[in-house]
Amino acid sequence: MTDFLLELRCEEIPARMQAGARAELERLLRREIEAAGVSATDITVWSTPRRLALIARGLPDATQPVCDEAKGPPEGAPDAAIEGFCRKNGVTKDQLELRDVKGRGTWFAVIEKPGMAMCDVLADAIPTVIRDFSWPKSMRWGAASLGTESLRWVRPLSGIVAILGEELVDCAIDGIASSYATHGHRFHCPGEITIGSAADYQEKLRACHVIVDHEERAALIREGARKAAADAGLTLVEDEGLVVENAGLTEWPVPLLGRFDEAFLDVPPEVIQLTARVNQKYFVCENAGGDLANAFVCTANITPADPAVVIDGNRKVLAARLSDARFFWEQDRKTPLAEHAKKLERITFHEKLGTVADKVDRVAKLARWLCEEGIVKSSPLPDGEGPGVGVHTSQAPDTHPQPLPSSEGALLADQAELAARLCKADLVTEMVGEFPELQGLMGGYYARAEGLPDEVADAIRDHYKPVGQGDEVPTAPVTVAVSLADKLDTLALFFAVGLKPTGSKDPFALRRAALGVIAVILQNNIRIPITDALVAAIVVGRDLPEISWNIGAIGVAKSVSLSPFRLPEPEVITKIGERFLGGDSKLFLADRLKVQQREAGVRHDLIDAVFALGGEDDLVRLLARVKALQSFIGTEDGANLLTGYKRAANILKKEDWHGIEGEISRTGEEDPLAGVDDPELAPVIAAKMAERQASGLSHTREPAEAALIDALDAAEPTAGAAIEAEDFTAAMSALASLRAPIDRFFDEVTVNAPQEDVRASRLDLLARFRAAVHKVADFSRIEG
Amino acid sequence: MSEPAPMKRDPKRSFQDMILALHDFWSAQGCLILQPYDMRMGAGTFHPATTLRALGPQPWNAAFVQPCRRPTDGRYGENPNRLQHYYQYQVILKPSPPDLQQLYLDSLAAIGVDPLRHDIRFVEDDWESPTLGAWGLGWEVWCDGMEVTQFTYFQQMGGFDCKPVAGELTYGLERLAMYLQGVDNVYDLVFTEAPASSSQAVGQKRVVTYGDVFLENEKQMSKWNFEVADTDALFDLFGKAEAECRNCLANDVPIAAYEQAVEASHIFNLLQARGVISVQERASYMGRVRDLARGACEKYAAMMAPEWQAQYPEWSL
Repeated sequence: MTDFLLELRCEEIPARMQAGARAELERLLRREIEAAGVSATDITVWSTPRRLALIARGLPDATQPVCDEAKGPPEGAPDAAIEGFCRKNGVTKDQLELRDVKGRGTWFAVIEKPGMAMCDVLADAIPTVIRDFSWPKSMRWGAASLGTESLRWVRPLSGIVAILGEELVDCAIDGIASSYATHGHRFHCPGEITIGSAADYQEKLRACHVIVDHEERAALIREGARKAAADAGLTLVEDEGLVVENAGLTEWPVPLLGRFDEAFLDVPPEVIQLTARVNQKYFVCENAGGDLANAFVCTANITPADPAVVIDGNRKVLAARLSDARFFWEQDRKTPLAEHAKKLERITFHEKLGTVADKVDRVAKLARWLCEEGIVKSSPLPDGEGPGVGVHTSQAPDTHPQPLPSSEGALLADQAELAARLCKADLVTEMVGEFPELQGLMGGYYARAEGLPDEVADAIRDHYKPVGQGDEVPTAPVTVAVSLADKLDTLALFFAVGLKPTGSKDPFALRRAALGVIAVILQNNIRIPITDALVAAIVVGRDLPEISWNIGAIGVAKSVSLSPFRLPEPEVITKIGERFLGGDSKLFLADRLKVQQREAGVRHDLIDAVFALGGEDDLVRLLARVKALQSFIGTEDGANLLTGYKRAANILKKEDWHGIEGEISRTGEEDPLAGVDDPELAPVIAAKMAERQASGLSHTREPAEAALIDALDAAEPTAGAAIEAEDFTAAMSALASLRAPIDRFFDEVTVNAPQEDVRASRLDLLARFRAAVHKVADFSRIEG
Repeated sequence: MSEPAPMKRDPKRSFQDMILALHDFWSAQGCLILQPYDMRMGAGTFHPATTLRALGPQPWNAAFVQPCRRPTDGRYGENPNRLQHYYQYQVILKPSPPDLQQLYLDSLAAIGVDPLRHDIRFVEDDWESPTLGAWGLGWEVWCDGMEVTQFTYFQQMGGFDCKPVAGELTYGLERLAMYLQGVDNVYDLVFTEAPASSSQAVGQKRVVTYGDVFLENEKQMSKWNFEVADTDALFDLFGKAEAECRNCLANDVPIAAYEQAVEASHIFNLLQARGVISVQERASYMGRVRDLARGACEKYAAMMAPEWQAQYPEWSL
């Protein structure tokens, strides 16, 4: 058993590519030696900016001989066929063996492949590994690049060390031959050094100022930076991304602490940290009070003759960057945000959706409307106090929010509109031009600096939130209004002009906008049917040419408006919703809700089951319903009811029995019950049912039938009332009461009775049972 | 009269000695030492000795100083680091030699940068110029955290693969000099210090600073760039350069066409500085400049290809 060392040396590999390159090197080498029948269990891969290194331990000295067999033509086949078979396998006819295959003589070629010296296997493998290596970006170089077929690598490849045991693995690629020689640190040890074997590689390099293990360098930086800060009486602001990046930029990392002019601390700390991190890859520090200190930690790649020289150079660069930042900070504040906002007229938001100034105007109107309608309230219900599991509300909840008449409400609306009008103004400031990731944050600073109320400044700062799963969700009312309006505008209008996400393409980040809408609504218990909210956004955008044209095309007056305190008529909402949003938007939102709730452990099929009812458009209520359903399905009653439901549904499907609802409203095989929640339809169905049940029954009901009818008679109104009151746990309990009767029904009653009317009546009963269950959720969507 | 003593260069104390030391160094490496191109341009890369010579198979090694114009970077002489006119030192080596990094580090040593006193790093920075249909991979070279050089292996130019690849070094001369001289304000750089014995210094200060040479220029040119330049005339000039470029292309003089593309590019930069090009129009103007520059490169390569192929049979466009 022998150890193998491979080192591929090249000019500086970008830090961000090193982790991927290590994995790629291991994958390819493993692939090549496994193809030769050798499995390597112990492979270590290291990287520095100037080399990739791999050590495979415990390799055999040679591969096993292999014996391949090939089945040829049958005995008596034409000579030409047999000769062809021999040629293909590189054997002569007299080497063939005749074997019996299912009673028939068949020629076999048995090809013995002798074992190969491991050294030769590796000598073949290395050039293949290099040629097949996949880099995010690669290049050609040097005289060989006269043709385009020359070797590609991330940067020019300069040397190969390949040693098996103590033996050189002799190979070459594009004029670069393997050898025992490598280079140490570029400046500390510029000459060649000779490696003996895998065993001395790491230590020989260390002696030449190269720490080849990237993890060890990361640890040195992590600890060294912490210590440098601690020695100065400060605390390092930890940043693992920076640790890894600096480890990828150095072979001999030396963290050094420097100070910058305290006067720069006037600039917001986020700006200083970002400047230091993004432009210079420096850490920053905090003082005992947790405030940003005027110190930075840079990571040099040498042990400098005089650290003060290196520190002072770095300090100057940072000072130049910070003075730019301070210039921006001072310059930007000379102009009020409202003035900056005027420049948004020059930035196109999207060619179909106008300028950013147009968008801002829409968001402002929508934010005001959300407040004036009382949809966003000045003191929101904390999360979990809305409708929900086990919460009994004494009265039907206020699903049609009333406008806020109070001065408090008027203040909220004014602040929300003001914040919305200013929320994008920082996009045209110098600071955000330089650091786009500071959007929002700078607007918040500038708003506070010009004396705007904290609520407004906070809303400007936080209105992009939540940016992704796990990001903080706004709860301050002004922020909620602006955040929601901004995202609704984006979501509704891109859909309205037909720019929906397709497959993996989502160029306008609509999935993120939808997730944001859902999170804000759920977090703050905002009670608005989502279609209404999206239609409201479209109505606000009615002046856009494409939307205006379409609104005209469906016969809605151009003057349709949101104010005062009203959405358009329900039929207009429906018309607009159908024209602009279609069914896609709901499916899209259902999918987003599933993604959003996955982490919370909410089952996606249960979301489908509730969404499939069609009428449920209020996300807060929908989720409460889903959660209650999930608890219920987890109980024994729930699981058994589901089984009973599936059995009933299967029989009805097999008999193609649609029951009374089916006769009234058949929207298709898939979903015959789409109408059950329709309030218009409910009395019609009830009347028909009563009629049919009352009309001449030709048989005496069996006790189990009667019991199910009694149970349904009791459960239906209870469940209905509970749903009305948004007490979904009670609705589930009502359903649970059906479990014993349905089980008994199946035990004791034969549905397919010989008499047609008996059969019909029993099928109707099952249909009624199914309909009762569907009042709560479409159980056919539930898995398991 | 005795012979004057040979000039002793001090690149760490004089801006012009630093440039001369770079000339000496690259001249000793066999580079042509060219003079600046006599046109206004945004970067040394626009010099035809870089762009056009990066095309084709023949070896090409050249070094030169190129003044660069960045109208939007003007600060009326009030910013210690930003200028609307500054110098780049360009080295182009085709094909890229195997020891290019070491040559570059030796050039730093030649102007007085000791890599055991200063932390020199190669930090990923790929280069792309959509205007020139060009891109390359390389680094920005850091000296104690300051970017002092762009180091690029050209992969494509004018939309063509570089065969062979050229290595391009672009030194930021003012930054390097500020670093070497230890000054915080570009205008405080010593441009040159006449020897005490010099008699030519009559009527001129013995020490001439960068500010003595350029401060007034920065003030006036910033004002012109931002406030004075006649925008109607500039729009007109842009259109004329564009038309003339097409005229040149139609008449098979792509080098002349390339000059017009460089001219159009600079006029576009001036229009930007005057703030008269809206965000929407910006992309369209950039596209127009790109079409001109690429058109010139393509025509040049297509015209030269037969000759190049005759000299290098294994080469193809």
